[in-house]
Amino acid sequence: MEPIVAYSLVLSAVLFTMGVLAVLARRNPIIMFMGIELMLNAANLAFIAFSRHLDKLDGQVIALIFMAVAAAEVAIGLAIIVSIYRYRRDVDVDAVNVLRG
Amino acid sequence: MDAIIQMMANAPLLSIIIFLPLVGAILITLMNPAKSHRIKWFAFWVSIATFLISLFLLAGSGGFEKFSHIEQYTWLPQIGVSYHIGVDGISLWLVLLSTFLLPISILSSFSAIRKREKEYYILLLLMGFALTGTFVALDLVLFFLFWESVLIPMYLLIGIWGSGRRIYAATKFVLYTVVGSFFMLLAIIGLYVYSGSFGPGTFDFIYLRSHIAPPELQTWLFLAFFLAFAIKVPLFPFHTWLADAHTEAPTAGSVLLAAVLLKMGGYGFIRFCLTLFPDASVWAAPWIMGLAVISIIYGALVCAAQTDLKRLIALSSVAHMGFVMLGIFSFANTSIGQVGATIQMVSHGITTGALFLLVGVIYERRHTREIAQFGGLASVMPQYYNVFLITMLASVGLPALNGFVGEFLILLGAFRADWALGGLATFGVVLAAVYLLTMFRRVFHGECTKPENQKLLDLNVRELVYLVPLVLLMLWIGLYPKPYLSVIKPAVDRSVRAVMRIASGSVEYARSGEKAATALAQVLSEDTPGGDG
Amino acid sequence: MDYIYLAIALPLLGVLVNGFFGRRMPRKAVGTIASLVILGSFVVSLVAFLGYLAAEGGTHTVTLLPWLSLPPLEISYGFLVDGLSLVMALTVSFVSFLIHVYSMGYMADDDGYPRYFTYLNLFVAMMLTLVLADNLVLMFVGWEGVGLCSYLLIGFWYKKAAPPVAGIKAFIVNRIGDFAFLIGMFLIFWLYGTFSFTELRQSVETVALAGHFPLTLIALFLFGGAIGKSAQFPLYVWLPDAMEGPTPVSALIHAATMVTAGVYMVSRMSFLYSMTEVAMLVVACVGAFTAIFAASIALVQNDIKRVLAYSTISQLGYMFLAAGVGAYWIAIFHLFTHAFFKALLFLASGSVIHGMRGEMDMRKMGGLAKYMPHTYWHFLIGAMSISGIPLLAGFFSKDQILFAAFTARPDIWPNAGMVLWIVGVVTALFTAFYMFRQIYLVFLTKPRFDVAEIHPHEAPASMIAPNWVLAIGSVVAGFIGLPALFAGIIHIPNMFQPFVASAVAGGVHVAEAAHGAQELFKEVLTTSISVVVALLGLGLAFYLYQVRYGTTEKLKKAFAAPYRVLLNKYYVDEFYDNTFVQPGRVLCEQLSRVVDLGVIDGVVNSIAFVIGAVGQVLRPIQTGFIRNYAWYISAGAILLVILLWLGLAAK
Repeated sequence: MEPIVAYSLVLSAVLFTMGVLAVLARRNPIIMFMGIELMLNAANLAFIAFSRHLDKLDGQVIALIFMAVAAAEVAIGLAIIVSIYRYRRDVDVDAVNVLRG
Repeated sequence: MDAIIQMMANAPLLSIIIFLPLVGAILITLMNPAKSHRIKWFAFWVSIATFLISLFLLAGSGGFEKFSHIEQYTWLPQIGVSYHIGVDGISLWLVLLSTFLLPISILSSFSAIRKREKEYYILLLLMGFALTGTFVALDLVLFFLFWESVLIPMYLLIGIWGSGRRIYAATKFVLYTVVGSFFMLLAIIGLYVYSGSFGPGTFDFIYLRSHIAPPELQTWLFLAFFLAFAIKVPLFPFHTWLADAHTEAPTAGSVLLAAVLLKMGGYGFIRFCLTLFPDASVWAAPWIMGLAVISIIYGALVCAAQTDLKRLIALSSVAHMGFVMLGIFSFANTSIGQVGATIQMVSHGITTGALFLLVGVIYERRHTREIAQFGGLASVMPQYYNVFLITMLASVGLPALNGFVGEFLILLGAFRADWALGGLATFGVVLAAVYLLTMFRRVFHGECTKPENQKLLDLNVRELVYLVPLVLLMLWIGLYPKPYLSVIKPAVDRSVRAVMRIASGSVEYARSGEKAATALAQVLSEDTPGGDG
Repeated sequence: MDYIYLAIALPLLGVLVNGFFGRRMPRKAVGTIASLVILGSFVVSLVAFLGYLAAEGGTHTVTLLPWLSLPPLEISYGFLVDGLSLVMALTVSFVSFLIHVYSMGYMADDDGYPRYFTYLNLFVAMMLTLVLADNLVLMFVGWEGVGLCSYLLIGFWYKKAAPPVAGIKAFIVNRIGDFAFLIGMFLIFWLYGTFSFTELRQSVETVALAGHFPLTLIALFLFGGAIGKSAQFPLYVWLPDAMEGPTPVSALIHAATMVTAGVYMVSRMSFLYSMTEVAMLVVACVGAFTAIFAASIALVQNDIKRVLAYSTISQLGYMFLAAGVGAYWIAIFHLFTHAFFKALLFLASGSVIHGMRGEMDMRKMGGLAKYMPHTYWHFLIGAMSISGIPLLAGFFSKDQILFAAFTARPDIWPNAGMVLWIVGVVTALFTAFYMFRQIYLVFLTKPRFDVAEIHPHEAPASMIAPNWVLAIGSVVAGFIGLPALFAGIIHIPNMFQPFVASAVAGGVHVAEAAHGAQELFKEVLTTSISVVVALLGLGLAFYLYQVRYGTTEKLKKAFAAPYRVLLNKYYVDEFYDNTFVQPGRVLCEQLSRVVDLGVIDGVVNSIAFVIGAVGQVLRPIQTGFIRNYAWYISAGAILLVILLWLGLAAK
């Protein structure tokens, strides 16, 4: 394994863990959202690293698709957050349980 | 004029008929919901245009024995799905029935629907789109797609514009149907896998019908299709969704439900089950005929106990569609039963559609459907009385009206196939008279005692406009069914030929299954060198 | 005559005109149009009749259009012109025309005038379709069509409670018969492959089936239809109730035309019946039993129309008796004469009811001969004719029926003829008695009502005139079919028999055989007995209601139990109600409530409930807090990793 690939994978793992922790620990939806983005991009990084390692383009293609999906997701997610804020004047996720079963 | 016909004959007529209502629905989404008047008329004219175009199907085509107006475009070539549509003598009248009833149901809603009119007319047009598509699809995936897409508009129509327990009724309707559809989907996939075992996998009906599955496989696939279609028809004991859905649906919804939706089941049997699974059909025929007879008798008996006008008419469909099922599965060396079943589907669509429209008329005026709330309407609403009388008699199956033609042919065929079941079913004719005449007496005869009934208005022009064509059709089919029969007969013959050979024993199957399957495949491929069209 | 279909088309035209524009036209015009189209039908039939006479063996079929064409099934709008159908068409259109004219007076003040004549015209069209059809299915159109018109006309006064119910009863009881008829038709088609009378006759007569059993079955099922339509036991119950309709309707439908459809059908299918002795015997026995059964009920009824209704059932029984012993032409002959005198009796009773302001109870009449002399004469002529007073129409036809029964010797039951004859003679006695009982109670005894209040009056001329025509018919109609005995004396040959006989099967024991001395002796014997019996009945009525007026009350007390049974019509209606109608109603309600809503819907709803209950149990997992979900996801991911690890380690 090339060193650059190994480093990238380590970085990806670190980024992913940071993202997970952000989502689990924080209560501000914006920060949680950033955590999610972090996880996505960590995964992207891993894809690209493997793409190089295996010398195939598939990984890069998927990374590009991911970016597009992430952009769409951000748009919707932020819209939801904004409308929740407008509705409640508060964005503490532990106070919102509209979707309780 | 000839030039127009020529032009229309070359146009992709079926696609136009299917997609015109869809385009109309999309255009309505762009309209201002406040201008309901404009929306209504737009929807109406779109449906009228669809109907008029669909009439061109009759012109410029030589017979409907084989599929005509075929269109085939590859769609998902990787898994053998194509956009493949066509119409033959079996589906032709059903297509025309749905395009004919769409404007009528739109017209009937003008004053009955007061809330969310824009969405309402969008959904009605979507219904038209899905219904026509179901009857012309020649690819199983396409068929399944249309079949399922009928559910969505109907679900919303019942759930939003219905009455009383509309949510319950809508949910019940969808769940019932989806259970059946689920098994049908499995069977469709099963057919694909089977066809993949000896060639490129395909969902194409024309291909599949000349490559019949071996009998054991047929049985399982047949049972799955049977469940889906039997629920739709509906056959006893799968009929309880029907009473609730019809009763709670808005008038136009009930009309389309009874007149066209139920026919999807009957059509499915005659188009897919008989052709794709002839052995299994012959195997199952006695059982299904038995269920059909139970439906006829049971449906009629239950009708006699109803106090709700709409529920009574809804349940009468169980009995009438029982006749259709009886006809489809009465295998003998003749196709009289199947032809009868096909014409009966059209007749029942017209008659029961008209009955629901008539109930809608009175419901709009009185906001009740309890039979006990009426009485003596004959003197208050004479024209209404006359139209109702003719329609009721057509439903009873009086000779010279449309109901008789189908019932007579079905019973003639059924009697040949099984004299005992045919004879029992004939008794259903007596029972039909019992419940319909009693209902009619309680609504129309006697003294008009209730003050709120005494000032009821007779039919207005709009109501006459949509009822009179139906009455004329009843008389036409009853008095001179030749144009209909001559189109249906060759196509039905072709469709049930394989089944009839098995039933009459000229294909020796019971002993060695494999041999029969190949023999059948030969029989069918003789007629279809390179498929139809 | 290839325009015979006009006989049907004209009344249909009347239906259209009166149905669409009747309410906007003056009443006179409505009635006139309706009557004129029927007159047109009669003229068409008459022209066809003359054409038939002119051409030797003019039997032919006229085919207009295909109707149900589905090879091998070929049914067309085809009409058969032969002796039988012409006789029927003439009778139907002529009597109908007179009744139309009568109705113009009788219904003059009714609100539903146009509706009435629309239905009446439709009825005639359907009846003519029935008799002129050249195949069973088209005949069935007329068959059901007259049933429909009967339903509409019985329930004509729909605002009252009873008529609509009676209408439904008529339709449904008829349908029960039609059920059997349909099965008979199916059997015919699958055995012979055709519905056409002509082809069927050829097949039946040439193709020998294995055994007579299928033929018997067909004949019996078809006869089931006739039992319903012609009100024979046990499906006669609708006819007495049918008297709820307007009186001309009773005259037209329930006496002269519709109810005779069964007799016509049996005669039309005579080639089939003649092949099966069992079926013939069943027809004869049912006919004879119905004749005496209904006549016995008629003895004690008090409603003027109800007596006539039971009398109709009884006379129809005679016709089936005749058909059953193979004397088809005599059955048709009696049908022909009966059409005159029964229509006359009904119309005369209509005049009585009209003049008595709707009163129908004979106990509240009496002495009306003074107030309505014409009607009295009409009724008297009708009564004499039906009772078999010599030289009137009913005498000749009934006498020949009895003679045919007397000489019948079926192989399977050689003495049947004698038994049937005795039953017939007793019925004749009953008939004479109840008819003259009616004459006395209505016209001759002292008035039992308040003359000053009711003012009985004679009917208007438009009602009297048609009755005179019918009265003349009731007197002379018999002379065209004289029995051999009289034909020899008066030198009028029997024209009716050869005319009709060409269309019906030869029959087994028709009295057409050359009358030897012995035959003639038998005929003299039976005729004398008939005459004696008729006079006996007349005399009995005379004694009870004129000489010893009031004796009847004592008799009622002395024979209280049988009297009550007869008065209540043997409790047959109650029996049907308790055995079929009420249990049927309960069954329907139980099916709907217990099976449909209980069992089937119960299963469906309980499946839905179970799924819902499981959902309830799992519901708390969905807290709605995003961070809970995040923890679930992480925990799941970690679990997955551990499992994979363990899996790898195990390898």
